[in-house]
Amino acid sequence: MSILAIDTSNQALGVAILNEEKIIGEFTTNIAKNHSLRLMPAIEQLMKEVNVEPQSLEKIIVAKGPGSYTGVRIGLATAKTMAWALDIPVVGVSSLKVLAHQGRFFQGYICPFFDARRGLVYAGLYQLKNGEIQQVWDEVNIPITDLLSKLADENKEILFLSPDIEIHRENIISLVGGRAVIPEMAYHISRASHIALAGLNETPQSTHALTPNYLRLAEAEAKWLNQQKEKEENG
Amino acid sequence: MKKDTFILGIETSCDETAVAIVKNGKEIISNVVASQIESHKRFGGVVPEIASRHHVEQITVVLEEAFTDAELTWDSIDAIAVTEGPGLVGALLVGVNAAKALAFAKQKPLIGVHHIAGHIYANRLQNEFEFPLLALIVSGGHTELVLMNEHGKYELLGETRDDAAGEAYDKVARMLELPYPGGPQIDRLAKSGEVTIDFPRAWLEQGSYDFSFSGLKSSVINTIHNAKQRGELLSNEDIAASFQESVIDVLTTKTVNAAKEFQVKQVIVAGGVAANQGLRSALEEQFNQLNIPLLIPPLHLCTDNAAMIAAAGTIAYEQGRRSGMGLNANASLLMK
Ligand SMILES: [Zn+2]
Repeated sequence: MSILAIDTSNQALGVAILNEEKIIGEFTTNIAKNHSLRLMPAIEQLMKEVNVEPQSLEKIIVAKGPGSYTGVRIGLATAKTMAWALDIPVVGVSSLKVLAHQGRFFQGYICPFFDARRGLVYAGLYQLKNGEIQQVWDEVNIPITDLLSKLADENKEILFLSPDIEIHRENIISLVGGRAVIPEMAYHISRASHIALAGLNETPQSTHALTPNYLRLAEAEAKWLNQQKEKEENG
Repeated sequence: MKKDTFILGIETSCDETAVAIVKNGKEIISNVVASQIESHKRFGGVVPEIASRHHVEQITVVLEEAFTDAELTWDSIDAIAVTEGPGLVGALLVGVNAAKALAFAKQKPLIGVHHIAGHIYANRLQNEFEFPLLALIVSGGHTELVLMNEHGKYELLGETRDDAAGEAYDKVARMLELPYPGGPQIDRLAKSGEVTIDFPRAWLEQGSYDFSFSGLKSSVINTIHNAKQRGELLSNEDIAASFQESVIDVLTTKTVNAAKEFQVKQVIVAGGVAANQGLRSALEEQFNQLNIPLLIPPLHLCTDNAAMIAAAGTIAYEQGRRSGMGLNANASLLMK
């Protein structure tokens, strides 16, 4: 029996296939090209290559964000629908947690993040504990400077992992200083096999109930909620 | 004996998550629509990001319901048809990717369907087509006149150059502070009003089947604004009646002209605005006189649904058209 792992939540498109907990195939691109167009052909091609039929899948693991709203939905629509059709479980894992797995031998804190534009980032803080990647803080959507000042107070080395590392490198070095560790480029792009790793031991949710991890309200909704609040305050 | 064809249809181009199963392109086996209207009401219109979020939450729920209602299994399904465009790109993407996942998981043919072709084929769930036929599609997103000489072939005679008819309805309704969606509200008010204001009609060039409603919309807004400044009170009913008269006049006249020019055997009306009572009776009157059968589907088939996509997909399936795994959402898909 095999497991399919999918990630379209950010620029990288990743697909991996596991067989009896062994990775037998992996596909990753890191280019700004249409996920909607390319995801299914990538899955089809890889499954053909490793000789796995859709019916022999036993589980699907998908990166559920944060990231590009559209990208996250492409992955989830595909994973949920395929799992439903095959009547197999689907597991959604945080895209930040997936990235954190790429630093799993680091002894300090691991800080994966994605640029969220206008100075904001989606970020998490993780650490290796009892052989597992565990969350230190809840994932946040905050200004990078706020994130870094918070981290500057921690008395630990911090490994920064992000496909957008270059945008924020200077800020990290100036605010966190010598305790910031920034690895080479290969560690900043989520590999699909790490999605599988991150989701392997998680309990599947109900397929219908699996929703994206946006970490942010839709703009219209945030505005509307603010208006409601103002109305209430003004009686 | 020819085997029956069962097509699964998926539609997510705007604010309805819909899945249906249709037999032989004519018979609805199941037709599930999860409307998001309650969610969008608070914003006074459809918010694309919110619509896309609802689609991804609803898609497998709606799929399951469509199969439960149909009491069918996957073995009976011959192909999967999905709206590929036009529509809101983020919304379309959910349906397209779900359809691709199904086609791959169940190893079934995949067929991308044009949303307007779907609206036209909603009529075939009620009456068999006779060619040539003329279709008038009016909704919040479209105003189109399409000529068909055979199944699966569409000739676009005219379309709106700015606002869709339904869009003009919604904007005028907002000016009159009517609740969303405004179209049915205007239709209701118009019934008790009188045509007291002569709003403009955009006929465009001689012989053109294109439409334009933005001038009319501005004229309504100016009229209300000017009256307010003069301290005059216009009745909402009269504004609604006068506005509606102008829209219907243009829609009806152009449809009648096209029907005559191409000597069509049937005229089909589709899209949400087809539910408009004023439009229905004006068209009925005209086409009764001309003795051309006028077909308008019931309301639940006029508005967006997936049975219409399955119906249009059936013809494409029978004609051997297939889409590959590279099928993508296309917000401005052209009709062919
Ligand atoms: Zn429509």
